Amino acid sequence: MPTADVTLVVNGARAALTLDTRTTLLDALREHLGLTGSKKGCDHGQCGACTVLLDGRRVNSCLVLAVACEDAEVTTIEGLARNGELHPLQQSFIEHDAFQCGYCTPGQICSALGMLDELRAEGAPVDEHTVRDRMSGNICRCGAYVNIVPAILGVSS
Amino acid sequence: MSVAERTLIGAPVDRLEGREKVTGAAKYAYEYEAANVVHVVGVAATVPSGRVVRVDAESALKLPGVVAVLWHATAPRLAGDTDPELAIMQSDRVSYRGQWIAAVAAETYAAASAAGRALRIDYEEAEHDSVLTADHPALYTPETVNPGFPSETSQGDVDAALAQADVVVDETYRTPTEHNNAMEPHATLAVWDGDDTLTVYDSNQGVRPVRQALASAFSLDPENVRVISPHVGGGFGSKGTPRPNVILAAMAAKVVGRPAKVAVTRQQMFSVTGYRTPTIQRVRLGATRDGRLTAIAHDVVEQTSMLKEFAEQTAVVTRMLYAAPNRRTSHKLARLNVPTPSWMRAPGECPGAYALESAMDELARALDIDPIELRIRNEPELDPESGNRFSTRNLVGCLREGAERFGWKEPPSRDGRWLVGTGVAASTYPARRQPSQAIARADADGSFTIGIAAADIGTGARTVIAQIAADTLEVELERVHVELGDSRLPPAMIAGGSMGTSSWGAAVVKACRGLRPRLGGELPVEVFADTEEDAGGVEREPVSSHGFGAQFVEVGVDSDTGEVRVSRVLGVFACGRIMNAKTARSQFIGGITMGLGMALLEETLLDGRFGAFVNHDLAGYHVAVNADVPAIEVHWLDEFDEHVNPMGAKGIGEIGIVGTAAAVANAIHDATGIRVRELPITPAKLASLI
Repeated sequence: MPTADVTLVVNGARAALTLDTRTTLLDALREHLGLTGSKKGCDHGQCGACTVLLDGRRVNSCLVLAVACEDAEVTTIEGLARNGELHPLQQSFIEHDAFQCGYCTPGQICSALGMLDELRAEGAPVDEHTVRDRMSGNICRCGAYVNIVPAILGVSS
Repeated sequence: MSVAERTLIGAPVDRLEGREKVTGAAKYAYEYEAANVVHVVGVAATVPSGRVVRVDAESALKLPGVVAVLWHATAPRLAGDTDPELAIMQSDRVSYRGQWIAAVAAETYAAASAAGRALRIDYEEAEHDSVLTADHPALYTPETVNPGFPSETSQGDVDAALAQADVVVDETYRTPTEHNNAMEPHATLAVWDGDDTLTVYDSNQGVRPVRQALASAFSLDPENVRVISPHVGGGFGSKGTPRPNVILAAMAAKVVGRPAKVAVTRQQMFSVTGYRTPTIQRVRLGATRDGRLTAIAHDVVEQTSMLKEFAEQTAVVTRMLYAAPNRRTSHKLARLNVPTPSWMRAPGECPGAYALESAMDELARALDIDPIELRIRNEPELDPESGNRFSTRNLVGCLREGAERFGWKEPPSRDGRWLVGTGVAASTYPARRQPSQAIARADADGSFTIGIAAADIGTGARTVIAQIAADTLEVELERVHVELGDSRLPPAMIAGGSMGTSSWGAAVVKACRGLRPRLGGELPVEVFADTEEDAGGVEREPVSSHGFGAQFVEVGVDSDTGEVRVSRVLGVFACGRIMNAKTARSQFIGGITMGLGMALLEETLLDGRFGAFVNHDLAGYHVAVNADVPAIEVHWLDEFDEHVNPMGAKGIGEIGIVGTAAAVANAIHDATGIRVRELPITPAKLASLI
């Protein structure tokens, strides 16, 4: 089995791994680094449950090969709370009941974080319509969208 | 005595496990670890009917990392009475495409998956038939429909009444195969301790049925099987019954002598985790000129598999929703080369209400009577079939409250390209409960622990159980801990049939009431309770208990493309006492959201030539995404139903979806004048007609 060495910077910490070259970033996180907060809902980039920030951009980590991420900065859901204090988005998701089963939630939150940065960079408005549109890559089968949108808007203002 | 005097019940309490879920700390089945684990993939049949002649295990075993290959010639024998969908690799027979007929265990998931794909399997293919038709020659009447209702009911003379009716609606409605598609794919980690003790971490809606299935299949003492499932990433019925992943994990672990993990892929979920049967429903309504129903008939055609019978109770909603002196319902099934259908959110009521509530709208149009008024005119005083009193029935209240809040009814209008219309439909779902057991313990540090083998699949069960316990014990919520999702806890109803809270809450109230008088004594002290002997809440007479609701929908239909955009939804519900205003609102909204998908998007397509579900992933099977879902408003009427449980609650997990698709279809008709009688209502079905 061909393997390769790769160093990732995950939530600020460097991790040197030797991986089967087929390994996705998602599997590197979940199977090799014990970071199971990023979820596998489809493994085909269709559901968004695996969304993480890769050098600040949101990506479906199941579609990224880990060996292509040498020295990249990866932020996962585990990296958002600081010293036990939740990130405002995390707090807002709880307050707005923006999840039920919780399986899509880490991806929703990482995606929201990336989206807010995108909108800031573009100088685009952060409104209901835009949020709905740009959060549509993250499926929530429990149907919490109606709560996810205000949870995100509540943080952006 | 009720526990209505306290106020924690009903309060909008945040989910107790919220922090774990938003930080990624909540662990789901696949995420548990075991040393020296093997990864196992189920290998699906690529023919829809026939025999497995040979599996080339030898070549697969030479591939890197492969540890074992299983097929019917090599797989261990399970107990003979194992459920046919769980009896994997027990015979050479293939009953449907996608059935697991072999498995590969390997050192990594990637190796197992690659070897599974490369596995050479020789088949002897047989004739197959996978397509349901209204006049399928194999149609038969099942003895009962899920979960035990009669297949057919009849009162009066429907044919004579239809012949004499002033106005008749006689239409056929179709719903497609739909898949639950919970976000967390089914997964199991199985760990044996010797030959007779088994622990599994599994994603399910009830640990007890999983424990029972494993104990029975592997001939184990149930006490030696432990199922652990604290967090479950949704189920919507698909995890209510044990699935082949449970058996495969235990089987592979036994063969290899190491812990084994099975992750069902999203694609495989379409074949081995159940689905909603397609339905063909003929509804006939006869009415007088002033809108009184004289006849109501609902005849359903649906499918099951070659392996076993699952008969959806599609027409049951018609048995109790409206008054009519002459009435008839029936269900017919065809056995096909397809996976066995199963529960999907409000099995029966949901597709049945789409047909009935579309037909009621058609009748209202034919009579030129407002659809709400038509429903009110046909409100039964007693349950039409049983003659029982309703415990509480507030359908009319929901319709009136909804009409007021929604602004019923604006005439259809045009806004540029957009044709705008509104629609309404009624909803109902039975309110029941099942025996459950619970334990309540008081500790010396002032804390209380509730133990019950309940499941929190995203419903908020953990939180609601804590609220019920805290109110019954008259203590602060913070002092109550809830343990669930473990088969070592007292056995309890699964999270299904909108019966979870009703069943668990009754046991928790009983345990807490037993504990209270003993709090003055020595601690710790614990009290066990069992509701087996207690039927319902109060039983003065037989009553019919159901939740009710009404969905109001506004749509815009693009007159050029036929695209439908839902712009506004309101749901008003009467479901007994609401246990948690925050999580209940979310559950109603979630049901409605799934209903919007059902109305406009969801459809699993079967290629009859190959007996194959062709759009078996989330790119091909469209569920509602954020941009599809507008503001959804939800209200509920104050109700306390003393008949179902001491909390006064009815279930709320399913009723949100029940009438939603019909309300959307009715709104589309209002906007365009086009009646689409086949879900989902896609642009293709509308564009040519506008």
